[in-house]
Amino acid sequence: MKTLLVGECREGKLLESSYELFGFAAQLGAETAMVLIGNQGALPGYGGAVYLADAGKYGEYNPDLHKRLVQAAVEREKPDYVVFMHTSYGWDLAPRVAALLQAPQVSEVVALAEGGFERPCCSQKMRQVVQPVGSPVVLTLQGGAFPALVPGGAPQQQPLDVDGEGRTEFLGYEAAVRKGVDLTRAEIIVSAGRGVGKKENLPVIAELAKVLGGEVGASRPVVDSGWMEAGAQVGVTGQTVSPKLYIACGISGAIQHLAGMKKSGFIVAINKDKDAPIGEVADVLVVADVMQFVPALTAKLAK
Amino acid sequence: MKILVCVKQVPDMESRFRPDAAGVWYAETDLAFRVNEYDEYAIEQAVLLKEQLGGEPEITLISVGPDRVVEAIKKGLAMGADRAVHVQDPASHLKDPFQIASIIAAYAKGEAFDVIFTGMQSLDRGSSQVGVAIAEMLGYPCATTVVGFEYADGTVTVKRELEGGVKGTVRLKSPAVVTCQLGLNQPRYPTLPNIMKAKKKEVTVIPVEQLLKQDARLVSAQFRAPAKKGGGVVLEGDVADQVDRLIGILKDKTAVLR
Repeated sequence: MKTLLVGECREGKLLESSYELFGFAAQLGAETAMVLIGNQGALPGYGGAVYLADAGKYGEYNPDLHKRLVQAAVEREKPDYVVFMHTSYGWDLAPRVAALLQAPQVSEVVALAEGGFERPCCSQKMRQVVQPVGSPVVLTLQGGAFPALVPGGAPQQQPLDVDGEGRTEFLGYEAAVRKGVDLTRAEIIVSAGRGVGKKENLPVIAELAKVLGGEVGASRPVVDSGWMEAGAQVGVTGQTVSPKLYIACGISGAIQHLAGMKKSGFIVAINKDKDAPIGEVADVLVVADVMQFVPALTAKLAK
Repeated sequence: MKILVCVKQVPDMESRFRPDAAGVWYAETDLAFRVNEYDEYAIEQAVLLKEQLGGEPEITLISVGPDRVVEAIKKGLAMGADRAVHVQDPASHLKDPFQIASIIAAYAKGEAFDVIFTGMQSLDRGSSQVGVAIAEMLGYPCATTVVGFEYADGTVTVKRELEGGVKGTVRLKSPAVVTCQLGLNQPRYPTLPNIMKAKKKEVTVIPVEQLLKQDARLVSAQFRAPAKKGGGVVLEGDVADQVDRLIGILKDKTAVLR
């Protein structure tokens, strides 16, 4: 069995998550090769074959060309699996590669399963085992689902080139907005999610944070709704935090949010839904309405 | 100008999910269905584009699924779409993302849409494949995970959301496919007059057999709850009692309360 791992480069550097691809291949017990659109400085610590295309020539985001570069590596390696991380790069490129190869694609794989691959569904609340029909199979892996593994060694480089141009023009990156409180330094964070109900209820969350001497964070829907500033957002697209105590109020626990807070020392989740995915990482899950429970907790703590 | 918006109807995610009789997807009993949240941003962006262009473009919605998806179509029409296509498929839940994309692409092929909006993923299956696959099948350029959208003179300029709050700006020529991320805009609530107007808008029904010519590349073999990682305490019951027990645990297990 053979896997072609698609590494990911951002601003000239290999993304750390690319090493999770090796962790996955090891669990699969498969031979590996990597394809990377990057540069010499972004090569992985890996002693196997690396098909390297120059990001200076092809761009870090040029899906039409990246698709064909991956295809060129597939033609040389003839892998059983072409594996991406389920990132903004992977979920963008993988379906294009699958279309080109006429291949089945399984998105956001979290585990190997008998006869297929396990993946989350229903907003991470449930799991589905999916069996691909045909070969090669294109996979994207959920971040953090497989351990990062640095195989070590010096890569055996194989140059990779294709002709032509892409139809999308990449104009550049825009840095993250960093306004307001630096939650990465907070020892206690009380975060508000959609379950808070409406903007007018937010003072209830702020009161609890105040009584505890902590800061207020938010999940994505709260920021998207304009209830709180983007700077308060905890998660993949916001801040990654690791306070001693994290209290998630009315947050269901989308994977992007969990990725940003699961390293917290102690996690309390308050949610009406006992099956909410936040329960998977919470040390304590309080099954209750936020607007009933939080004021009661604040009142008791204030005494 | 012609705009297509792909809309999926999904269950409320607060629901309790149970496997269906075959054990491969959820049973629909007791579930309340609504428009996939990402698709609401797609509909809104189409309507904003129409408004920007002085009402000239025609917006078509397409939804694949059983009879119940008409409710999702009606909401999209009430938000401002002009007409809709319901690809009737009582077994759409058994189709894989590739087949769903092929159904939509087969419809769109003869229609020459200038911009196609989809959500970046659905809340239930969440493959994030369908939008990109439609683009590939039609030979359109595509940008995914879009949180900013501008259109001028046949050129689409978008901001893609990347990790860590970083965004990437990308320009592409129409015809193009754009997949919409949460936060792209503020989806509007349909007003009562618009809900009334929507009732008169045309909904074309096409049986799925007319558009689907592809076999599935994925088979859903099992649907179940995730294995519980365990260790976590669950507090249920009376609120005052929950408060006391939580404070007890925090005093016991953390150094933050004393």
